[in-house]
Amino acid sequence: MSIFEYAPAPESRSIVDIRPSYGLFVDGEFADGTGTPFKTVNPATEEVLSEVATGSDADVDRAVRAARRAFTRVWGPMRPADRGKYLFRIARLLQERAREFAVLETLDNGKPIRESRDVDVPLAAAHFFYHAGWADKLEHAGLGPAPRPLGVAGQVIPWNFPLLMLAWKVAPALATGNTVVLKPAETTPLTALLFAEICQQADLPPGVVNIVTGAGETGRAVISHPDVDKVAFTGSTEVGRAIARAVAGTEKRLTLELGGKAANIVFDDAPIDEAVEGIVRGIFFNQGHVCCAGSRLLVQESVHDDVVASLQRRIGTLRVGDPMDKNTDLGAINSAEQLARIRDLTAYGETEGATCWQPEGDLPDRGFWFKPTVFTDVSPAHRIARDEVFGPVLSVMTFRTPDEAVAKANNSTYGLSAGVWSEKGSRILKITDQLRAGVVWANTFNELDPTSPFGGYKQSGYGREGGRQGLSAYLRSDF
Amino acid sequence: MSDRLTVRKTYKLYLGGAFPRSESGRTYEVHDTKGHFLANAAWASRKDGRDAVVAARGAFGTWSGATAYNRGQVLYRVAEVMEGRAAQFTEEVAAGEGLSPAKARAAVDAAIDRWVWYAGWTDKLAAVLGSTNPVAGPYFGFSVPEPTGVVAVLAPQRSSLLGLVSVLAPVLAAGNTAVVVSSKERPLPAITLGEVLATSDVPGGVVNLLTGDAAEIGPWLAEHADVDAIDLAGAPAPLAMELERSAAGTIKRVLRAPAEEPDWSADPGLSRLRPFLETKSVWHPIGV
Repeated sequence: MSIFEYAPAPESRSIVDIRPSYGLFVDGEFADGTGTPFKTVNPATEEVLSEVATGSDADVDRAVRAARRAFTRVWGPMRPADRGKYLFRIARLLQERAREFAVLETLDNGKPIRESRDVDVPLAAAHFFYHAGWADKLEHAGLGPAPRPLGVAGQVIPWNFPLLMLAWKVAPALATGNTVVLKPAETTPLTALLFAEICQQADLPPGVVNIVTGAGETGRAVISHPDVDKVAFTGSTEVGRAIARAVAGTEKRLTLELGGKAANIVFDDAPIDEAVEGIVRGIFFNQGHVCCAGSRLLVQESVHDDVVASLQRRIGTLRVGDPMDKNTDLGAINSAEQLARIRDLTAYGETEGATCWQPEGDLPDRGFWFKPTVFTDVSPAHRIARDEVFGPVLSVMTFRTPDEAVAKANNSTYGLSAGVWSEKGSRILKITDQLRAGVVWANTFNELDPTSPFGGYKQSGYGREGGRQGLSAYLRSDF
Repeated sequence: MSDRLTVRKTYKLYLGGAFPRSESGRTYEVHDTKGHFLANAAWASRKDGRDAVVAARGAFGTWSGATAYNRGQVLYRVAEVMEGRAAQFTEEVAAGEGLSPAKARAAVDAAIDRWVWYAGWTDKLAAVLGSTNPVAGPYFGFSVPEPTGVVAVLAPQRSSLLGLVSVLAPVLAAGNTAVVVSSKERPLPAITLGEVLATSDVPGGVVNLLTGDAAEIGPWLAEHADVDAIDLAGAPAPLAMELERSAAGTIKRVLRAPAEEPDWSADPGLSRLRPFLETKSVWHPIGV
C-alpha cells in the first residue's frame, strides 16, 4: 500500500539552550558533582547533547542534608496553603515553558515531539496543578484528622517519561509536606535539570527539591542513605527487588512502580477499527517504552485473522523516524543498551517458534531504531509472552471463551495494567472485575490522569501514584 | 464435682477446612505460664506451610468473589459462634497467658467484638477507599479496593487470641485468604478458633492455622511465589528483617511489626486493612 509522502515538519530546536555541561542541583544551586561526569546523547542521532555531573555518596549526603534542613526549618513548618501556592507556580511555569520542555525531552529521550508536546509535558503540569490543591486539604484525604509528612523522600525515576515521572514523584511528595532528593535516569537527565531552573524561578526554598544525576550507584546512595524516610522508585522489577531488599529492616517507607506485561483482550463483538487503534496506541505509544504497554494481545479466535490483517495494514501507515518531525509516530529507541535488549528478546521470539512480522521501509542510518513488530503464533510459554520487552513488540495470542481470556491475561507475574475491548457493557464489567491488574482500560488504552490512581498488582509493585489514594504513600497516619 | 473423667481434645492443625496432624508427625508440649502440661500441639512443617498456601490460593476466588454483604455475615457468624464458646476460650487464654479469669474473659470479649467490628467493614471499604476519578477527558473512571490475595500472617507471640483475631480478621474482611502461624508458646486458642471458623460458614481454605514456630515456617512463606503479602506481627526483630528481605524477591507487600507487641485493645482504624488491599482503576469512554 502506498503512503502519502508528507513534507517534513520539523520542530525547531532553537527554543532550547542546552548548556555544554550540568552540575547537580543541591540546596537551590547548581554545583559540580564529585563523581566522573557522563555524556547524555540524542538517541535519534547519537549526537552528544551535554555532559552531566555524577553524584557521589558525598554529593548525595549533601543533598539529603539540604533536604532535611529544608524539611525541618522551612517546608515542614510552612502554611499548607503556601506550599500549595508554590506547586501552583511550578505548574504554571511548566505550562509557560511547555514547548521548551517538549523539545528538550524529545532530544534527550528520542520520543516523538507530538507525544512530548501533547502528553508528557501537559500531564506533568497537570500533576503539579492537581497536587497543589491537595496541600491544604490533607485532613480530608481519609487518613485521619492530622496526617503528617514523612520527611525526606529519596526518589529514583526511569528514562521513558523523564519529566512526567519526575512530576509523579515530586508533586505528591511536596504537596504532603515532604522534601525530595531525586535521581533522574542516566540517559535522560536534561528535563530534570531544566525543572531545577523552574524551581529557582518559582522561588522554591532551597533544599526542598534536590536533583542528583548519575547512574545506578548514585541511585543506590539515594535509597540507602540513612536519613531518607521514604523511598519511591519507578523502573524494572529486578531493581525494585534490590531496593526492597535494601530497605528491609529499616523504618523507611517504600513504594515501587515496576514492570508490566499487560494483556489487551479483544472480544469478537468489539468494533475492530477502534480496537486496532487502541492496540496500536497500547504497544507503540512511546516506542513501547511504557511499563503499562499492552504487549500481549489476546484476540478471540473467530476474529484473529481480521484483527491481525487490519493491524498490519494500520502499522504500515505508522511513520518511524525523526522524533522532532511533528508527523512522526515512532521515534528512537532510548539507548543502545535498550535496543540490544529488544533485539535479544525478539530473537528468542523467532527461535521459540513465533512468527515475526515487520512493516516495510527503511530506518535512519544513525541512532537507535527498531521497527514496530508483531509476533503471531505465540504461546503463553514463549519468552516474548512472559518477559517485558519494553519496546515496540507485540505478541498475539488467541482465546475462545471469556474464562480462557481471563486465565491467560492473569497468567503473568506482573499485574500493572490490562485492556478489554467489547461492545457489551456487562461483559466489560465482569472482565475488568476479574483481571488482576492495577489499571484496566475498557475500549481505550494508555490513558493517564493525575486524578486516577496508578500502580500495580503482584510483581508490578505496590503503592499508588495519583488520586487521593496516592497521597498515603507520603503521609504518616494513625488511621 | 462429678468423678467423671474428662475427654481431652487433640489439638491439630486447621488446614483446607480439615483438622489434619502435621504431615511431619511432629508435636510439641504446650505448658501454662506455671509450667504445667496443657496439651501436645501439632508442630507444623515447611510442607504443611506449602499445603496451606495451596489451600488458601484455591479458596481465594470464592472468598474474594463473594459479595461484601455475604463476607460480612460470615465474619459476624464467627463472632456468634465464638460467643457460645467464650468459656472455653477464657480458660485457654487464662492458662496460656497467665491472666486472671476476669482479664482473660475481657480479652475474649474484645476478640469477639473485633470480629463484629470487621464484619461491618466489608461493605464499606469500597466507599471509603474507592473513588470516582474526574479525569480530564471523555472517560468515566473509578477506582476500587480489591484484596491482595494470599496473606501469610505470623500471629503475635504474646496475645494468643485477641492478638490473633486482630491480625486475622482484617485480612479476611478485605477479602484475602490467610495462612497463619500461631503463637509458638501459646498455640491452643488458635486451634479452638479454627473449630469456630470451621462451623461459621467460612469456606474451607480461607483460613489455615498452623501451630508451630514462625522462625521455621516463616522463611518458606516469605519467599513463596504464591504468597502475595506477609504480616510480620509475630516475628522478632532479627527474623522480621530476614523475612522482609526474602519477601523482596517476589515483591510481596510486607506489614512490618513494631518493636514491641502493641496493645491489641486499641482501635486499629484502617491500619491493618490498607496493607492488604490493592487499588484497581478502571477507565471507559463516554460517548453516544
